[in-house]
This record gives sequence, C-alpha cells and structure tokens, in this order.
Amino acid sequence: MRTIWRTADRALIRDVAALVAAVGFVGLSFGAIATAAHLPLWAIVAMSVLVFAGGAQFLAVGLVSAGNPVAAVLAGLLLNARHLPFGMAVADVVGRGPARLLGAHLMVDESVAFALAQPDPGRRRAAYWLTGGALFVFWNIGAVAGALLGAAAGDPATFGLDAAFPAGLFALLLPNLRAPGRKDAAAPWVAGTGAVVAVAATPVAPSGLPVLLALVALGLAFVVPVRKAAVSC
Amino acid sequence: MLILVILVLAVGTYGFRLGGVLLRDRIALPATVARLLPLAAVALLAALAATAALTEGHGFAGVARPVGVLAGGLAALRRLPFIVVVLVAAGTAGLLRLAGVP
Repeated sequence: MRTIWRTADRALIRDVAALVAAVGFVGLSFGAIATAAHLPLWAIVAMSVLVFAGGAQFLAVGLVSAGNPVAAVLAGLLLNARHLPFGMAVADVVGRGPARLLGAHLMVDESVAFALAQPDPGRRRAAYWLTGGALFVFWNIGAVAGALLGAAAGDPATFGLDAAFPAGLFALLLPNLRAPGRKDAAAPWVAGTGAVVAVAATPVAPSGLPVLLALVALGLAFVVPVRKAAVSC
Repeated sequence: MLILVILVLAVGTYGFRLGGVLLRDRIALPATVARLLPLAAVALLAALAATAALTEGHGFAGVARPVGVLAGGLAALRRLPFIVVVLVAAGTAGLLRLAGVP
C-alpha cells in the first residue's frame, strides 16, 4: 500500500478524487432509482458489491422492473463482456497470485482508463488500485445512501425520478458518442439506430426484448469505418 | 428470482474480469470482436435510455417524463455535472406533474 501512495503522484490523486465524487453521485442515483423500481435494500447492496458495474446495474434494474429477468441477465452480461479485453490490457497491473483475485474485481472502465494513461508500470499499478479501490468504496456508499433517500422520498413519479433514470443513462453514454472523445465513428449511428429499433419494437415485442433487439444496429459497424485509430485496450 | 439475476450477473461479470487477466498470454481477441463489444454496450444503453424515456409497458409514457429527460439531456450536452443532469430531469418532470401534465 505504501508503494502505491509513493508512486501515485499528486495530479493522479486529484483526478481520482474528482472522479470518485462524481461516481459517488451516480451510485446515489442508482440507489434511488433502484428503490423507485421496487428493489429491496439487500438487492441494491448485493448488486453494487458483487456486480460492481454501473451500466449493467442500471440495465438490469430497468429490465427486471420491466418484468424480464432473463433479458436483464443476458443484456447485463453482454454489456460486461468488454471486461474480457480490458483484463487482457491491464493483466500486468492487476497483480500476481491471490492479489489478482481481488484486483480483477476492481476492474471498471475508469480504473482501466486511468491505468492505461500512466507512463510506466509502477504508476499504472498504483493508478489501477487507487482508482478501482476508491470507486468500489464510494460507489457502494452512494448506492446505500441513494436507496435510503429514495425510500424516504415516497412515490418516485411525484419527484420525477422516472425521468432521472434515462437522462442519467444518456449522460453516461454521451462521451462515447461525441466527436473528440469517442473511439469509434460508428458509435452515434449504432446508438441512434438501436434506440429507434427498441422504441419501435416496444408496442409489439415482449418486455425486455426491445432492448436486446437494438443489437441489430451493430450491423452498421460494417458500414461505418472506425475512422480514428482505436486506442488499444 | 431477483437473487438469481444478481448472482448470475455477478459470477459472469467476475468471470469476464478474471478471464481476461488469465487468458492474456494464451489467446488474441479477433479485431472485429474487440470492436463490436464496446459498440454493443452503446447500443444496449441507448436502447434502454430511449425506451425508459418514451415508453411505459407497451404504450407511451405521457408528456412529463419525456420532457424531463429532454431537459436533462440538454444539461448533459452542455457538459454539466452528472448530478445536475439527474436533478434537472427529475425536477422538470416533477414540476410538470405538479402542474397537472400527465
């Protein structure tokens, strides 16, 4: 642990602190929204501790409350399949032996991104563990606080919490769509087409299926080139 | 049922995480798959956001919720912090309902 603090420089700690505060609020929103979707506190805590992947947790809550638990599992796992290439990219910083078992669980978009941005192996390792560990703690504190707040707020529709969920998802998605930061020029086309397909299918398809049908938009990846060279991760 | 969803999701996700770490030296992911995985995430999240914003059950979600989401979306486009996006969306929808908009 001491080596982690020594190698992590001031700028990194400042960046991680800002990120952790933001993620704490996303966790807070997750707890409140999951409560509004009638998930019990134990389920919110179990999901946040054991799954520990924001996007998949939001997706699973949305699909479970739509009445389709099978789609929740399938879509959540599909969403989290990106951790496979992530793991290959950061294998050297995750650790050796038993530490690796814990380190793997701290693998989220942010810890991978921070680690890969560092210039040398020592700092990569420090950035990975610092970011992943801090996010784990604050994500879970946020989720519990949000669940308690959501329970205290009463009927979610009165406070517009049902509108908070899709708006929050859009905010999480936006960096993948916007021109300077995105890694794939096909992303906005895939997102737009997927959204239209899912909404169009909703009146006729069984609950949960419309979101999975959005995957047909992946066909656009073969029409629209990546254009900008993808960052290897 | 809920506990099963959580456990399968947790075990599967951990499997992807640890699997990548352990497989690193043994396999190379085909370039097409490596490109499609993040795009699949984008498609699923966009579809969930759109259906949650516009639909309820098999019908439309009324007026207050989509307008609230639109307001929150504009806040996100203006690069305002996440908590502001969420509060703007919820506040707009809540106020519209208070004014009697469905």
